[in-house]
Amino acid sequence: MHTVDFWSMTFVFLLATFVGLDVIRNVSRLLHTPLMSLTNAISAIAVVGSIIIAGEQKTTFSTVLGTIAVAASVTNIVSGFLITDRMLKMFRQQGPGR
Amino acid sequence: MIDHLTQAAYLAAAALFIFSLRWMAHPKTARRGVAAGVAGMTAAVAGTLLHPEIESFFWIAIAIVIGTAIGVPLSRVALTAVPQRTALSHAFGGLAAGLVGTAKYAIWLPAGELTGFRTGAIALEVILGFLTFTGSLMAAGKLQEIIPTRPITYRGQNAVNLALLAIAVLAGVMLVIDPTKWFFFPVLVGLSLLFGVLLIIPIGGADMPTVISLLNSYAGLSAVAMGFVLENKVLIIAGALDGSSGLILSIIMCRAMNRSFTNVLFGAFGQVQAGAAGAAEKKPVKSVTAQDVAELLELAREVVIVPGYGLAVAQAQHRAFELYEQLTKRGIRCRFAIHPVAGRMPGHMNVLLAEANVPYDALAEMDDINPDLSQVDVAIVVGANDVVNPAARHDKSSPIYGMPIIDVDKCKTVIANKRTMNPGFAGIENELYTADNTLMLFGDAKAALGEVVKVLSGESGMGH
Repeated sequence: MHTVDFWSMTFVFLLATFVGLDVIRNVSRLLHTPLMSLTNAISAIAVVGSIIIAGEQKTTFSTVLGTIAVAASVTNIVSGFLITDRMLKMFRQQGPGR
Repeated sequence: MIDHLTQAAYLAAAALFIFSLRWMAHPKTARRGVAAGVAGMTAAVAGTLLHPEIESFFWIAIAIVIGTAIGVPLSRVALTAVPQRTALSHAFGGLAAGLVGTAKYAIWLPAGELTGFRTGAIALEVILGFLTFTGSLMAAGKLQEIIPTRPITYRGQNAVNLALLAIAVLAGVMLVIDPTKWFFFPVLVGLSLLFGVLLIIPIGGADMPTVISLLNSYAGLSAVAMGFVLENKVLIIAGALDGSSGLILSIIMCRAMNRSFTNVLFGAFGQVQAGAAGAAEKKPVKSVTAQDVAELLELAREVVIVPGYGLAVAQAQHRAFELYEQLTKRGIRCRFAIHPVAGRMPGHMNVLLAEANVPYDALAEMDDINPDLSQVDVAIVVGANDVVNPAARHDKSSPIYGMPIIDVDKCKTVIANKRTMNPGFAGIENELYTADNTLMLFGDAKAALGEVVKVLSGESGMGH
């Protein structure tokens, strides 16, 4: 890792944190449970790193760890998005009829 | 060329993730947020699969099948079990980060490609990842009640925990100084796993909403550290979004309980206030029947229902909705007052009531509804206790002193539903029950609310 890369990544981290704090602060309190399952699914983007390790097959050890990591991340992606949508479907506004 | 495509896909994914969270601002746009998240994830995965470094797709495909097979049933759990599911997914996130860090170290070590930066980032990723893994498993176990939910404490606990963490960090520093001293690596992994367990052992059930939020934040930060190791910016962005979300939720939870982070993590003492449970003066309580409650409600213009987790335990959400319906039909304004820590995770009560068909515009935040309460004719407290205890406002000796509460005692009449007069789990006496304007409706929440609804629907001549 070069010095420049390290710093550019740190800047990205800083800016993304500010964006995150700002966006999350506006999330309706009604939706904090689905919010958590949604951010969970999103941070399972870790799957992209795991995929490369499982796929490049440098050593048996790294392939095994990579495969487990892909499985763990995919679990979070699948269950996270599905359950978020399932919960959000339940939120309905007051209106005539049910 | 392919590299540009991959990076463009990552850029699109980052933008879609930010939109996804933006659309969570309102229930009307929230489902669009999920769609954006799925689109972003698809773009990122597709961009990654183009990578020329991938030699074989065999194990990737197997892992995707396994992950889907576990993920689909996990998304169908009962809504009362959502906190456990969430803790479990923090555990998976931490595990993935820890394993990727370990694999990268194992790959780079013999290749002589370990720089100080890389090793430092790996050490951070592994510590955060593995402590989130075991810590979240412990939290999930406590929520599922496989592990005793009461705090387990012993002398010198905090000193032991902090010493372990310090040794783990020291092992990380040694690795950064000389990355080839590989024997520090298993030490780092082992201590992080152990630290995660020990961190959660002293935490009691009431603090679970905060702990889940905090673990959420750690899981996000471990993804950020992974981004630094792999030099992948979309990982850093997604991890930072997750981390800041967990942070905000933790702060909200701490404020709602009038506690600090350090107090939640290191302050297990004073959790079980055996206190003066028996010594409290016995003021008489006024007990009423479902018939009385129904008559009282018919005369009201504005009613507030205050649900606690006990409501969900008794499976009384649907009765609460029927009561809401009966009142609304009569032109009585009825709202639910939700305390931020009602339930086992942030926002849990809202989801439980939404499932029971309660429209979200009838769900009011504590801060929004408190100023209106003196205008409210009847407040019905179901399965909630500490969050309506007026002692939090004035009794400096009370363990919950300073905690923001829903001021139901300011309503004209309070109906409190409880099984018996035994003090609750926390063992704190609640003076609300003996207040002059409080009437007790004894019985199981589901049965008691059901009775009231039955009387109301009978009188309206609508039947069932």
